[in-house]
Amino acid sequence: MSLPLVVLLPFLGAIAAPLFAQGGRTAIAIASSIPPLIALAALFPHWATLADGGVVLHSYEWLPAIGISLSFRLDGLALMFALLILIIGVLIILYARYYLKPSENVGKFYSLLLCFMGSMLGIVLSGNLLLMLIFWELTSLTSFLLISFWTHKQDARRGARMALAVTGGGGLALLAGILIIGNIVGSFELDDVLAAGELIKAHTMYPVALTLVLLGAFTKSAQFPFHFWLPHAMQAPTPVSAYLHSATMVKAGVFLLARLYPALAGTEQWFYMVSFTGMATLLIGAYTAMFKHDLKGLLAHSTVSHLGLITLLFGMGTKLAAVAALFHVINHATFKASLFMAAGIIDHETGTRDMRRINGLWRYMPHTATLAMVAASSMAGVPLLNGFLSKEMFFAESLELNLPGFWAWIPPIVATLAGIFAVAYSARFVHDVFFNGKPVNLPIYPPHEPPRYMKIPVEILVFACVMVGVFPAISVGPLLFSAAQATLGGDVPDYQLAVMHGINLPLMMSVAAFVGGLLMYSQRQRFFRFHARFKEIDEKAVFEAIVSRFADLANRFTALIENNSLQRYVMLLVASVVAVAAAPLINLGIFIGDNGLTPVDWPTAISAAILVIAALATAVIHRERFTALVLLSVVGLIVALAFARFSAPDLAMTQLSVEVVTMVLLMLALYYMPSWTPLETSKARRTRDIILALVAGAGMTLVTLAILTQPFSSISEFFLENSKPGGGGTNVVNVILVDFRGFDTLGEISVLAIAALSIYAMLKNTALTPPPGDGQGHTWSREPHPLMLKQIARPMLPMALMVSAYIFLRGHNMPGGGFIAGLITSVALVVQYIASGMNWTQDRVRIKYHNVIGLGLLFATVAGAGSLAFGYPFLTTTFGYITWPVVGKFEVASALVFDLGVYLAVIGATMLILVSIGRLSPHSAIKSPRRNS
Amino acid sequence: MELIFALVIGALTTSGVYLLLRARTFPVVMGLTLLSYGVNLFLFASGRLSAGQQPIIGSTEIYADPLPQALVLTAIVIGFAMTAFVVVLSLRNLADNEDDHVDGCPPVKPADNKQEQEETGK
Repeated sequence: MSLPLVVLLPFLGAIAAPLFAQGGRTAIAIASSIPPLIALAALFPHWATLADGGVVLHSYEWLPAIGISLSFRLDGLALMFALLILIIGVLIILYARYYLKPSENVGKFYSLLLCFMGSMLGIVLSGNLLLMLIFWELTSLTSFLLISFWTHKQDARRGARMALAVTGGGGLALLAGILIIGNIVGSFELDDVLAAGELIKAHTMYPVALTLVLLGAFTKSAQFPFHFWLPHAMQAPTPVSAYLHSATMVKAGVFLLARLYPALAGTEQWFYMVSFTGMATLLIGAYTAMFKHDLKGLLAHSTVSHLGLITLLFGMGTKLAAVAALFHVINHATFKASLFMAAGIIDHETGTRDMRRINGLWRYMPHTATLAMVAASSMAGVPLLNGFLSKEMFFAESLELNLPGFWAWIPPIVATLAGIFAVAYSARFVHDVFFNGKPVNLPIYPPHEPPRYMKIPVEILVFACVMVGVFPAISVGPLLFSAAQATLGGDVPDYQLAVMHGINLPLMMSVAAFVGGLLMYSQRQRFFRFHARFKEIDEKAVFEAIVSRFADLANRFTALIENNSLQRYVMLLVASVVAVAAAPLINLGIFIGDNGLTPVDWPTAISAAILVIAALATAVIHRERFTALVLLSVVGLIVALAFARFSAPDLAMTQLSVEVVTMVLLMLALYYMPSWTPLETSKARRTRDIILALVAGAGMTLVTLAILTQPFSSISEFFLENSKPGGGGTNVVNVILVDFRGFDTLGEISVLAIAALSIYAMLKNTALTPPPGDGQGHTWSREPHPLMLKQIARPMLPMALMVSAYIFLRGHNMPGGGFIAGLITSVALVVQYIASGMNWTQDRVRIKYHNVIGLGLLFATVAGAGSLAFGYPFLTTTFGYITWPVVGKFEVASALVFDLGVYLAVIGATMLILVSIGRLSPHSAIKSPRRNS
Repeated sequence: MELIFALVIGALTTSGVYLLLRARTFPVVMGLTLLSYGVNLFLFASGRLSAGQQPIIGSTEIYADPLPQALVLTAIVIGFAMTAFVVVLSLRNLADNEDDHVDGCPPVKPADNKQEQEETGK
């Protein structure tokens, strides 16, 4: 349990921390440091297991089907990184307390910092590669948010975007690589993957998988040519730079190299890709660091260079080199984090980070200067400090590589060159900042020592540098051994952690680096002049240009498809459906299936002919809108007849009543619109449309024919058998609607209600003036409401309502039900509106249709929820029989209440829609006597 | 009979698609309505064609498939709501923009001309 807790704790802290923001910076810093401290305590008991080379595994199932599990795994390597993350994390929390201003959003800062800490712990403690990837991406996201913490700075936003694009892109490559590895091994569990190293390396997909995984690692660890994002990430607050961009997150890439070392390393491809990338990064970073005037820029490029060094060590492939790499991870984290903190203090106290201005600070802040000088010496590799030890190991390993002939010279020369640069930029950091004359034009003058507690994290880290440098075997020996054991798969070579290994070639290389470095620094003006001859590439501008080019391309592609023309969309849609459906249809060959055709009778054939003619005529004369509408209603009526002819009485009734309201709707709409469509499209366009329509129609004909003549079996047997005994009704269609598939129906009436309400909302404050006539010279009739219609309609209303009640009540057993009855009632009401006018009817039918809809949904839901009270699932129905005085024995089903809900919802929705449109015309509003008064 | 039924669906689809490809809202709405008829009949066809076999228990020997019927019944009602929604959308567009084009071409509004005249008049 304790391992998932270690990962979870910082996230919990991230939720809790902002609550303390009101209490000031001290309160929130204390609150934020509690989760990492508990996590440290939780890790402590596992040390005994790990020291013996054991592994702690806590695994929970998550999505076993795709091989992803919540498994957390602690071994020496994970422990080493977890300790770095937690200990430096606590120090950063303390440091940030003094770095941030009271006016800043400290709650957000600490919350994000803890989120990052949890994600980073997740990476190192994951026992499942997919789980690790999730945390991997989370670190990219939190890093993005932390870099852009000062959202008002454009550089910060751009730097954050660049970091996210590079590391996020690398994360995608890593995902692909992990999927390939998982496919080869058959599991994403780390234990299985590490045990299957031989299998992976022998697989044909190994080169691809390795390249993808390395892409992920190199982007994260800022390796050449992806290193450019890291210096731009320095726009982040300095605690973030110290924590994410030197000590932890950028180490995730090298952690991955160490983690998958047993599974992927040891091949030629590994050697060439990793070591040469590392070498290039080492040199480029060290060279560039020399010429940066920005304090943090120098440190950033130095970080790039050191990451290259670690990568190079992993790439060498020897076991000692891997140990040296792990050792350098610890050492670099300690001295670089303290240097960043010192840089932050200097920035904080002087107001600038420009090394041409901050000179001679020794006089103003001797304490900070001492700490920074020790850390910088460690970075340069001065003896008795931890940086010296791992650098010596690195020099020794560079001599051990078995490369042929001339090539064998390259690693030692590169190593010495990088050493020279490292000494030179370290010397520059120390000399330029703390000596070298007087400060120039500082924004804050005179600078002085920072608050006492701000220096404590730096002191602790510098103390660690010295301790490791002087007593390496005691201080980090066990931890390093355990980590090496985990990285190398148990087989640790003999190595000695000692301050001095005697006078040997590596030591001579160190001496050369020192002499060369100091010489270089003393001649720095020449080098600056030399460097100034080259035009510096602004990565940010290049990156922005590439991004905007892609955006441009995407926009052009979008514009090509999405040009606001519905015609274009429909054309593309229909054409793609035709294209997709064409191949299977052609393969089908014979369209008439085994069932054959049934004979035709004359009435059906004639009706079908009328339908076809009316449908085609609608399209042909659609520009005469009114005539086309009349033809359309003919089509609808024959469709209703077709349902009746083919054993679907319920459908026929529904279609018939919907047809009436649809026609009223379209007539109403047409009243406000031009009554004819002008000829606007070219002949070629119309020909194209006709061809497309004919192809679509022919396709539908063939598909329908194929379906209709195939034998089939249906799941409806169940409904037919259980309708009467289970649902208590003989009309199976209705029982399906209100009982078997009641939940669907509830959803459908909800959709109906939403459509009606949004129509109401859309038209609420809209007024439309209809054209003065029908567009062909005829004015509208002056007689508002024909007398005959009025006289017939009024007495019809009660009769129509009675019919609908009858249809509703019998619906469970005979054709009918809530939908149909609701539509009939709506038609009856609509007729009153048409015959007597909006105002007359509204004054008499004082129903708010919104309420009717609401009531309907309420009935339906309550009827469904009622079954919950009796311990049955939602929408379970029951039925019984009661005997009424006149009617006799009568069946009552609880589904009737549900159907009543459907009935009301349908009335409410239909009427609300039609009344909303009918009310649009300004005439109806002006004539209203109630509104005038 | 199946051939006739299939031809009916084909004719509805043809007319519907052609009208959907028009440049004004009203023909598009009519096209949508025709296409809905076609789609409803098509769904209904998945239960095959039969005469006099209405799925009312006790009324016949064999019953037509009730499931497509139930599906189509709600489809008809929802289809009405959808048509109404599209119609109202186009009405609202007509009210706000005095335009019923859906072809993406900016309309030549009389209001625009007036504004131009005013500007040139200045």
